[in-house]
Amino acid sequence: MIEGETQKETCQVAIVGGGTAGLALAAELRRLSIGKVIVLERESQAGGIPRHCGHYPFGIREYGRLLKGPDYARRNRETAERLGVEVRTQTTVTALHPDGVLELLGRHERSFLQADRVVLCTGVRESSRAQRLIGGGRPQGIVSTGALQSMVYLKGIKPFARPVILGSELVSLSAIKTAAHLNIKPVAMVEEKDRMIARSIMQPYLALKGIPLHLSATNPRILGRDRVEALEFTNRQGQRDVIETDGIVVSGRFRPEAALLKTSHLAVDPGTGGPVVDQFGRCTDPIYYATGNLLRPAETSGFCWREGIETARRIAADLDGAGFGSQSIPVIAADPAIKFVVPQRLCLSEIGGGMGRFYIGLNEPVNASIAARADQGLIWKGRLSARPVRRIQIPMIDPSKNRQASEIRISVER
Amino acid sequence: MQTDQYDIAIVGAGVVGCAMARRFTLEGARVLVLEKALDVLDGASKANSAILHTGFDAPPGSLEQACIAAGYAEYLEVAESLSLPILKSGAMVIAWTEDQLRALPSLIEKAHRNGVLDARALGREEILNREPHLSDDLLGGFEIPGEYLIDPWSSAHAYIFQALANGAELMRGAEVLGGTFGPDGWMLNTSVGKLHARQVINCAGLYGDVVDERLVGAKDLTVTPRKGQFVVFDKAASKLVSSIILPVPTKTTKGIVVCRTIFGNVLVGPTAEDQESRTDSSTEREKLVDLRTKGVKMLPGLELCEITAAYAGLRPATEFSDYQIHHHTDKAYVSVGGIRSTGLSAALGIARHVAALLQQAGYRFTPLKLPALPQTDRLSDYHPRDWQQPGGDGIVCHCELVTRREIEQVLNGPMPPGTLQGLKRRTRATMGRCQGFYCTAELAEMTRGKLKIPIGCSDD
Repeated sequence: MIEGETQKETCQVAIVGGGTAGLALAAELRRLSIGKVIVLERESQAGGIPRHCGHYPFGIREYGRLLKGPDYARRNRETAERLGVEVRTQTTVTALHPDGVLELLGRHERSFLQADRVVLCTGVRESSRAQRLIGGGRPQGIVSTGALQSMVYLKGIKPFARPVILGSELVSLSAIKTAAHLNIKPVAMVEEKDRMIARSIMQPYLALKGIPLHLSATNPRILGRDRVEALEFTNRQGQRDVIETDGIVVSGRFRPEAALLKTSHLAVDPGTGGPVVDQFGRCTDPIYYATGNLLRPAETSGFCWREGIETARRIAADLDGAGFGSQSIPVIAADPAIKFVVPQRLCLSEIGGGMGRFYIGLNEPVNASIAARADQGLIWKGRLSARPVRRIQIPMIDPSKNRQASEIRISVER
Repeated sequence: MQTDQYDIAIVGAGVVGCAMARRFTLEGARVLVLEKALDVLDGASKANSAILHTGFDAPPGSLEQACIAAGYAEYLEVAESLSLPILKSGAMVIAWTEDQLRALPSLIEKAHRNGVLDARALGREEILNREPHLSDDLLGGFEIPGEYLIDPWSSAHAYIFQALANGAELMRGAEVLGGTFGPDGWMLNTSVGKLHARQVINCAGLYGDVVDERLVGAKDLTVTPRKGQFVVFDKAASKLVSSIILPVPTKTTKGIVVCRTIFGNVLVGPTAEDQESRTDSSTEREKLVDLRTKGVKMLPGLELCEITAAYAGLRPATEFSDYQIHHHTDKAYVSVGGIRSTGLSAALGIARHVAALLQQAGYRFTPLKLPALPQTDRLSDYHPRDWQQPGGDGIVCHCELVTRREIEQVLNGPMPPGTLQGLKRRTRATMGRCQGFYCTAELAEMTRGKLKIPIGCSDD
């Protein structure tokens, strides 16, 4: 703790992270007449990842028109500010304490903020090269899509001229669009899995751009000492293949940006990498909420925007004395194919509402029945044919009808 | 000639060269350091396990043991005044098999012979009480309370900074190509021109034998690089272990170490792989996965911890088991070779040893009376950091909480980095969880026009 503290600043709701979910939530809280709402943003400008996605499509659901990322971020920012949200930029939250006390670091000094409710909206980032255990040298020219976007769109800096894109998710396609902005010409897309992770209808787009797609490219290695010189991998035929290149975009495999969480008193779910929450979005300390992509990797901005709005409504009800209750039971991902289920706990509350759906992430493709059971009793069962990195939602049970249950299990029945 | 003649030319600015530069500058010599890479610490010194060893398991009576003991003592002596990051964690050697268990008494006895008198046997229960997250497969062990976690980069930077602050000169991108020795001393032929020095000290590490051949036409040893790969776990893992967990050593390596780092992570490594290349410090997925598995076996809680980084270092192994430090008095040339993985602990001791060799040979020193003590940025998660002081001008690297002020100070300081790697070593920027996802663009802008290898590339 900081010494010599005198008086803590207070507010109704403090929001950690001014991305799409955080700004949408803050604005909605003000629409619901919550008094002092502060967004704490560590970057020099709020807006989050859309700030550096200088391409379409954003904003259809929210603003009824097609926007590029930076315009969308600006609208989210302006809407929040117009409604009286205080957006504090270049402000890093360095610690979360019980009772809603946050330690802040501004540009020039440190301080405390005490909030009636705190909402964590720190979003996601891509997995690094090390996290993906990509071997080889450590030359310059290896960046994530996020870093590429901010270099290109925010700074006008070109990290390389003809990179290889590692990964084949939607964001990997965004890397191609970003590259085009500074006349960077990707020479290949390389995917370790045997099929494209983004929907395969995207494949013609690659063909159109003249970018060859290498699937089943295992054990990638980066070559080069000072700068990237090549990417080496084992191809589908089991032979080593080498692509000459001057850069690598390590794209996708999003994970929650949970650094603050991990040093806090709040529980983390190893499945999502984000906080353990109940159906209201409350963390294991009910003063703390979480929403947006921090809950699970990774959804579209539109989805996060709506999550932010819905969470704001629950927080307003909570502050109004709704009394969500504190008794909760675990929701268990009871099959190795299931990577995570959000929420991870169900509050046995008299009050309805909440997320209304379980959001499920997979480790492997599933083509079977998926079932939710309260203890032994079947609550819901349905057919599921899906792959990892897809949006999968199933109806949530009504907790008020299952007040005797001790756990909920989500399982796959093949 | 007097004005551009140096007393001592040190070839190589790894940790040994930096310590050497400091020692001879403090002894009053006019020192020149020649480094062929674009930045200091670019060879063997750029990657290691970041431990200050007592030398408890060095061969008793060896030069290595003597240098580690002297280096260890001096490190502790100067740590405060040079703001060296240091954390007394202590170490435990852990036996996982019956064979290893049987080897412990002789290792403890060896430690005692090496003057590490507080090495003491520990029972299984005592170990598990002190390190409750270790796997209960362990059979026994012993402790070496005097082992410390340090930062290999800021230590070496602090040495060279003190040398520079007291008049030494450093030339980077300066490779020694050859030279002639005459009555006036050495005329060195380098990639940046001819340079004149009375005495040459070869601290070229992985290229030690190459420099020997270029200057004296014969080599004292042959370097066989030995690669060591490491994985670094997320800071959350540091709650799992307090001591440095050492294995029972074998002939080729100290084995796999599990320990915290001074930056609050947990490190597992190294592997030991002999190879031809003196530059290839690449990692291999298979080896990294294996290290991870071995780490989890010893410390099961690592299973749920993310990996933050993976790297490899090269140690300049030779055909000899001991350090090879030879003074060719007829040619005013000292070859400092075979400084293996213990070089970080021993560097200050090696420098003292070489100073003593020269003194014996009649070299006269006039030590500086009041040497300047430059203050360096103490990069440690266990000490106050710059961001905790007012006026940091905002955070640039969010994962490691590196301030704009810290980065500006390094970029405008006495030894600005030549490469992004150098900037990372001086500030820790991009070294955290996200590995540059958030701050690479900002760093690219801040360093524009300031690095020898820019982060951005030109349009042609």
